[in-house]
Amino acid sequence: MEPILEVKDLHVSFNTYAGEVKAVRGVSFTLNKGETLAFVGESGCGKTVTAKAILRLLKPPFAEIKEGSEIRYQGQDVVHMDKKTLSNYRGEEVSMIFQDPMTSLNPTMKIGKQIMESLKIHKHLNKEQARKEAIELLRLVNIPSPETRVDSYPHELSGGMRQRVMIAIALACSPSILIADEPTTALDVTIQIQIMDLLKDLKTKLGTAIILVTHDLGVVANFADRVQVMYAGQVLERGTTREIFQDSRHPYTWALLSSVPTLAKESKQELYALKGTPPDLILPLNHCPFAARCEHCMQICKEQMPPETVLSETHKVSCWLQHPDAPRTITFHGKEARS
Amino acid sequence: MSEQQNTQNIVEVTDLCKYFRVSRKATLKAVDHVTLSIRRGETLGLVGESGCGKTTCGRTMIRLYEPTSGTVKFNGKDISKLSGKELLQFKKDAQIIFQDPYASLDPRMTIGEIITEGMNVHYRYSEEEKRKRVHELLNRVGLTADYANRFAHELSGGQRQRIGIARALAVNPQFIVCDEPISALDVSIQAQVVNLLIRLQKEDQLTYLFISHDLAMVKHISDRVGVMYLGNLVELASNVELYDHPLHPYTKALISAIPTADPEEDMSSKQIKLEGEVPSPINPPDGCRFCQRCRYACEQCRKETPVLREVQPGHFVACHRCEELDQSQKK
Repeated sequence: MEPILEVKDLHVSFNTYAGEVKAVRGVSFTLNKGETLAFVGESGCGKTVTAKAILRLLKPPFAEIKEGSEIRYQGQDVVHMDKKTLSNYRGEEVSMIFQDPMTSLNPTMKIGKQIMESLKIHKHLNKEQARKEAIELLRLVNIPSPETRVDSYPHELSGGMRQRVMIAIALACSPSILIADEPTTALDVTIQIQIMDLLKDLKTKLGTAIILVTHDLGVVANFADRVQVMYAGQVLERGTTREIFQDSRHPYTWALLSSVPTLAKESKQELYALKGTPPDLILPLNHCPFAARCEHCMQICKEQMPPETVLSETHKVSCWLQHPDAPRTITFHGKEARS
Repeated sequence: MSEQQNTQNIVEVTDLCKYFRVSRKATLKAVDHVTLSIRRGETLGLVGESGCGKTTCGRTMIRLYEPTSGTVKFNGKDISKLSGKELLQFKKDAQIIFQDPYASLDPRMTIGEIITEGMNVHYRYSEEEKRKRVHELLNRVGLTADYANRFAHELSGGQRQRIGIARALAVNPQFIVCDEPISALDVSIQAQVVNLLIRLQKEDQLTYLFISHDLAMVKHISDRVGVMYLGNLVELASNVELYDHPLHPYTKALISAIPTADPEEDMSSKQIKLEGEVPSPINPPDGCRFCQRCRYACEQCRKETPVLREVQPGHFVACHRCEELDQSQKK
């Protein structure tokens, strides 16, 4: 496995009138070539901010990547990249699909032109070549009759088609990393399958590594290779999809897994509901961020930050329940929490 | 239907149509010949993709829209013929919880004012009684009494949706249309709101029409489920029956499309993938609305619109070929 992107101790803050909002607090991870890594968590947990930081899309001085944060793309330092390298890095190396296909396309431009834009800049194609390439890309993302669709405006397309166009734009320069920020949240289930299938296909065809930002655990289970569960700007648990869904060790992951109804569960029973709200990100946090809402909370959880316990090469969890002195706990999956 | 059965049904919708004139030539058929009934005390789930007419159907049932044709009976009375005191009584008995908790609360009113607005119309409470009632309602939806003096912008999405529920409960309704009450909320908050709805239903013997596109959640909360496609009701059955044994090809595809949170399960093997997207409901063609995307479509499907019929006791399907397909699949 060859790492392509390395993020170490990423801190991102937003400067607001109310104070400094620390949205991402020390996130580290590695993305390998051709794999799919999913960021899972509730809104406000820092998953989108992390994704945007990778592309340096956060606008200073309002948002700020803190000193000491490290983002390395194939060895290159992204945090201190100059303007020119950055514009090559964006689009050519890493690109992003945004959450809402309705608002992220320019309504006054034909979709062909929007795809051609980056082809002209990055690949230095002339108008004719770019147009041809755009039609090919539309064909690649399964848009019917691409020759005529290339001259459509976004409002003439349905939500699913717009999301396909977004994917075509993101893939225009065959990037090695694709960041998909909630790519199916705004879409219906039958269209959701079509889009996820398309991404899966493209992944095998082009070997693109994908960072999937989502809160839909169903999508994650079917699509991701590895998962990291985020909460209040921190990674609480990370592992392969199987480790997270069948042997998760963090109470927050259990809460996430048990709060979604499944077709197998009995109807009209109480769903597991987390009490309280996530911590205020303006305040400093020097203990486990989940402590206030955790059913297994102990004294130490409110005093110290838990260290990351390594359970296997891929599976890591930050929780005091892993400490040898912690009481025995049975996990959501009915196993011992500590092995 | 016998007289006795009639009294069991709180809402009876017969051949309901709601068309919107888009231009001189184009008509948008949002709800087209829908017939269904809701029993007292049950939850009827209504699912379908966006633009299939679920919301229009729900809104027409409580007379937020006037139907183009067909009737809606509430407690045995045709709601479009109600007037005066009877209409006022109906508006008290049938309430709605809206989809977007950010848009459905007046930003210039305090929470207390929002909740008392309906009470002022239907009850003659003194100021003291009103305050008491607001506090009681806030407690019932899991908030503290001091929220009464706050404004909507101070609350989170889940809290706002609780206010939407408290507002609906304020006039002691019998029937509540829940129009996608959870789709704007986070997963963990969704569970809280759904638990609250289930609890309130048990306490007050409420009847719900639960509109959602989240099939797993609908299965969780509903007793019976109806599936809509492009203005038509294509299948209606009890919750267990519909999910375990769907008969309409569209329902089958919808259910197979639900991603399960289990990485071991191989989705692609059981998935039925639908080609294309939902066609426009403006001037829809004759015949079955689903026939363009249906792999079993035959000549009959393109010509005749299938009628909703009872295939098995309590299981209604609108498909010409469902029995035939069901037989061949069993073999």
